[in-house]
Amino acid sequence: MPSLPTISEKDEARAAASDAGAPEGSFDAPTASAHDEATIAYVTSLGDDALILGQRLSEWCGHAPALEVDLSLANMGLDLIGQATNWLGLAARHDERYANADALAFHRDVLDFRNCLLVEQPNGDFAQTMARQLLFSTWQHLLLERLAGASDEAIAGIAAKSVKEVAYHRELSHDWVVRLGDGTEESKRRMAAGLDWCWRFIPELFEVTEELEALVQRGIAVDPRSFEEEYRAALAATLEEATLDAPAEQRPILGGRRGHHSEHLGHLLAVMQYLPRTYPEAKW
Amino acid sequence: MYTTELDKQKQPPEGANVTAIDGAEDPALVEAFEARVAADEFIEPKDWMPEAYRKTLVRQISQHAHSEIVGMLPEGNWITRAPSLRRKAILLAKVQDEGGHGLYLYCAAETLGTSREEMIEALHSGKAKYSTIFNYPTLTWADIAAIGWLVDGAAIMNQVPLQRASYGPYARAMVRVCKEESFHQRQGYEAMLVLANGTPEQKRMAQDAINRWWWPSLMMFGPPDDQSPNTERSMRWRIKRETNDELRQKFVDITVPQAEFAGLTVPDPDLSWNEAKGGYDFGEIDWEEFYAVVRGEGPVAKERMKARRDAWEDGAWVREAADAHEAKKAARKVA
Repeated sequence: MPSLPTISEKDEARAAASDAGAPEGSFDAPTASAHDEATIAYVTSLGDDALILGQRLSEWCGHAPALEVDLSLANMGLDLIGQATNWLGLAARHDERYANADALAFHRDVLDFRNCLLVEQPNGDFAQTMARQLLFSTWQHLLLERLAGASDEAIAGIAAKSVKEVAYHRELSHDWVVRLGDGTEESKRRMAAGLDWCWRFIPELFEVTEELEALVQRGIAVDPRSFEEEYRAALAATLEEATLDAPAEQRPILGGRRGHHSEHLGHLLAVMQYLPRTYPEAKW
Repeated sequence: MYTTELDKQKQPPEGANVTAIDGAEDPALVEAFEARVAADEFIEPKDWMPEAYRKTLVRQISQHAHSEIVGMLPEGNWITRAPSLRRKAILLAKVQDEGGHGLYLYCAAETLGTSREEMIEALHSGKAKYSTIFNYPTLTWADIAAIGWLVDGAAIMNQVPLQRASYGPYARAMVRVCKEESFHQRQGYEAMLVLANGTPEQKRMAQDAINRWWWPSLMMFGPPDDQSPNTERSMRWRIKRETNDELRQKFVDITVPQAEFAGLTVPDPDLSWNEAKGGYDFGEIDWEEFYAVVRGEGPVAKERMKARRDAWEDGAWVREAADAHEAKKAARKVA
């Protein structure tokens, strides 16, 4: 269903906040401003990935294995919260139901979250956190590099801005997986266990639903299968450097993109959303 | 954040026997050192310095560093529950800044010949102190606003003069720290204004927060001058530039009008403007509580120390792995 908003106060706010530059009405980019339901859902899923992983990383703050690690985890968390704000802000500008990014972040329940299952996995130990980061940041980096050339300028703009940050996340998680894999016996065992925990969520990153397929056809979204080989090769290279074996392939666990999550997400949302939900009239 | 020097347990701190230590040192060197400090010159790591100066500085800078690190915990308690994306980002950035301050300060202290591991060990064993303020719990979101406004506000009072501290690495770390603390204080006050002008529930949170944080904030400046035996020497050495009571008075004079502007009541029935001194008179601080918290008996002191020890112990395998990996890489290079 296309989003055809009625003229409202919100439209004025949107106009003011609009990402200028979208070639609205130009014949060669007919889909550029068509933020229909599928596009909004896609943008929301990109925002939810960043939000939920940012929230997870922020749980480490003050508790990391060393001060320098604490700073780098907080830094990645901050980048991701910023990306989430941009993606969800864009989604909200084209979704009548939500006034702004905060409404999307704090006033949806589990079934409406579109993040992948990988990002909502608990931090576990530092090895599991780094396994999750490597698997996600490598995927996100390859995706955003391509999305930066998408036909929708607003989407391309956010992707181009985020890709630099994510390149650093990818590098950092690669370095830690190598250090831990090729460190001590204990760190190797923990790193292998962390990867084993996360491995079954990889296929979901490359799942292409009918809605996504349609957006790919329109040049709005990127088909993740186009970089799956590169992704697998990058992981294999990291594991080799880390002197680790790839975990055995496991039965894929899917569902996040359709709102069917792990049990972990409900708890994360209960914590994250508690204040705005308890005081719905309040502004902060 | 900053803690004033905290070894005020009514007995002389280790290394405070200035006469004995200085007595063993070359009087000409001591005299030259004192003259340089009196002339507001910076003392640098390779310069000669009296042993008592070195020890006092290590204690003061490491206490400051520990305060930054322990101080991440009360605020970190609310990062996952921040009520908007903007507040979450601000708080995460702020707590990250505190970690960064801890890092510069540990580095500054290391230039005096004590390793970060030794300092952290002293914190975890209870030998080293950190600011009393972080032994109070953050119960509501308004506590985060109160910490920014009052605790960082008090920290700035303490730190601005230390940008002129005699020890170069410390003074330079303070320049950077002060810039960030100023942002922290402003965001805290801004968050508090939003609450104070918000719904009845938000106003209640805001008033409750100032009720609980006001007195502990005044305690951050340390004991009264007549019970602060090291003040005179530290001022002579330019590692303390204003007395505890002077700084406390400045803080009260600046902060009370801010509370009034926000429509919040300062929880002190004895607070009144004194025209003659051009400042506020305020009530007696509960020094019994202060000394109890210094001794490690604060409301959440056990939780704070447990959190720090757990993070350190749980992370030991990561640090060991990083060292082992570096060693392997170095060995491969040689081979």
